[in-house]
Amino acid sequence: MSGGTFVGMPAFPKAAHEALGNAQLRHNLAHATGTIRAKRLRLVDEVNANSSWEELRLAGAGVKESALVDLATHLERLEESLTANGATVHWARDAAEANAIVASIAKGHGVDEVVKVKSMVTQEINLNEALEAEGIAAWETDLAELIVQLGEDLPSHILVPAIHRNRSEIREIFLAKMAGAGRPAPEDLTDEPAVLAAAARAHLREKFLRAKVGISGANFAVADTGTLVVVESEGNGRMCLTLPEVLISVVGIEKVVPTWEGLDPLLRLLPRSSTGERMNPYTSTWSGITPGDGPQEVHVVLLDNGRTNALADEVGRQALRCIRCSACLNVCPVYERTGGHAYGSVYPGPIGAILNPLLKGPGADEQTDSLPYASSLCGACFEACPVRIDIPSVLVDLRAQVVDAHRGGVPKLEAVAFKASAVALSDARKLAFGERFTRLGLRVARRFGASKWTSSRDLPPAPPESFRAWWKRTDGGRR
Amino acid sequence: MSARDDILRRVRAALDGVEPGYAVPAAPRIAPLDDVVGHFVERVEDYKAVVQRCSPADLADRVTAALPDGARVVVPAGLSVAVPGADEDAGFGAHELDGYDAVVTEARVGIAETGTIILDHGPGQGRRAISLVPDLHVCIVRADQVVPDVPDALPLLDPARAHTWISGPSATSDIELNRVEGVHGPRTLVVIVVEAAP
Repeated sequence: MSGGTFVGMPAFPKAAHEALGNAQLRHNLAHATGTIRAKRLRLVDEVNANSSWEELRLAGAGVKESALVDLATHLERLEESLTANGATVHWARDAAEANAIVASIAKGHGVDEVVKVKSMVTQEINLNEALEAEGIAAWETDLAELIVQLGEDLPSHILVPAIHRNRSEIREIFLAKMAGAGRPAPEDLTDEPAVLAAAARAHLREKFLRAKVGISGANFAVADTGTLVVVESEGNGRMCLTLPEVLISVVGIEKVVPTWEGLDPLLRLLPRSSTGERMNPYTSTWSGITPGDGPQEVHVVLLDNGRTNALADEVGRQALRCIRCSACLNVCPVYERTGGHAYGSVYPGPIGAILNPLLKGPGADEQTDSLPYASSLCGACFEACPVRIDIPSVLVDLRAQVVDAHRGGVPKLEAVAFKASAVALSDARKLAFGERFTRLGLRVARRFGASKWTSSRDLPPAPPESFRAWWKRTDGGRR
Repeated sequence: MSARDDILRRVRAALDGVEPGYAVPAAPRIAPLDDVVGHFVERVEDYKAVVQRCSPADLADRVTAALPDGARVVVPAGLSVAVPGADEDAGFGAHELDGYDAVVTEARVGIAETGTIILDHGPGQGRRAISLVPDLHVCIVRADQVVPDVPDALPLLDPARAHTWISGPSATSDIELNRVEGVHGPRTLVVIVVEAAP
């Protein structure tokens, strides 16, 4: 069983417009993001009471930046230490290579199912669909991922992929779909969150206990020690990382942290920014194979899939510091209203609006090109980001890159308008001449050409007289 | 060119002209805590774990009292307290472990600020699976194992070992971002803090 993919999604303005028509979605999102925003702020205040949140952010950003500026060295070191710890390291340029590696390992063990820890990167590469094509069922075990998978839905949030679903919708999905995937939901299932969680526990238990192959991502990969780290809440991660005989972890090359001690600011920043907790319930660390404990065959797939494109972008490079906490989604006024699906990617919200174009490159497709515009540039995301990614600056830079990528073809109406204004503004006499026609121009614009511009902005009312006419009449306000 | 060499080449090309050295600002430390163990107890309780404090002499009784009557209990090799009727882990499979109601372990470190216990799965702690599959985890932490914050804990750990950091019982925030305790990990966590008499 798999959900859909984001392939073929419309550009943001169209998708957002449709999402805005869904009142239930807006209600679910406002409730959920409001809850998490309040929790995060309480913890930031708590940190500031006996330490400094800003200094912690600077340290966290610094650890990630220090890894990125010397990434090749740290990746080689990571490979070396993982190998010394008994893990097998694979490298994948893109999604197809990574999926082929995972499928081939799973098939080598003759399994027809695998259990999965929630992982953004395996969604990015559509691993579940690739495995399904090879006859292998990939069971999502995170509660929200299970809701999305059973509902044949798409994820809409980095941390809580089913954030767009409320409790009664989740109950309906469990009642209708659990039986088709294994143990059915109890008939007397209510919409109490604790009851729904208990149903997921019972449903997934049999899958955990019999699993031969587990698949995970990693929140961090420590180069010096060859340690992978997975941060989670439910214990499904521990199940997948501990009980199977074989563990395959797909890790983006930007997940590297140079040293074990470097985990410190990140493990303090991530849970507070993500779920609004001082610490998430469970964090697992493992360094290759631990004799007699857990999987005795451990694979790590190091994935590029566009990350080196992002790394080459001087302004955008900082997006690779992202630790996938989703604080920027929760504070974003655009995300809160449109939801995650409108972004057409597993990475929605402000970080998605920069990460997707950076991974794919500007000019890749209309949908990706529309994302840098999916923002009011209010700056709330930068303020909330635990690793200080200046998302608004990257958005502005990407907008310029998108415009540049489309130079040479038929110019857009907007470009023609700005070219005309450049002519008018370059010369005082031309400007004086032009100003006489402002009222006429705005009236014409309102009737014809500017509907694309004004669909998302207000066109100002034309003044009764031009500034020059006013200056002349009043002698600069003295009369 | 292999995928490995190709990716490393692309990384180097992307960073052409970028200085590799980067001075990482030191992470701030929290202000000293007056009562580290008291802070730890408060924070562990905050995440819905049951916390008890006792003297070494009372430990065995406290552990027994934390286990329901008739519960099937598994313990790791090297546990410093005797648990009557418990089975010592003999490399049980997942299904066998599922037949146990409870597990008793020790820990390696406690973190006061975050209410976290860390297991490094050495003697007295056992394999990762035994503290995961049973529904009740009774975890013994010595008061002298509790440190103020995360940066105090990391240097005490050996990265070559597997670790499990535990902050409260299994939980989820996946339904409307409300925290609900009890999903796949142990649904009940009892932390017993052992303090030598002053």
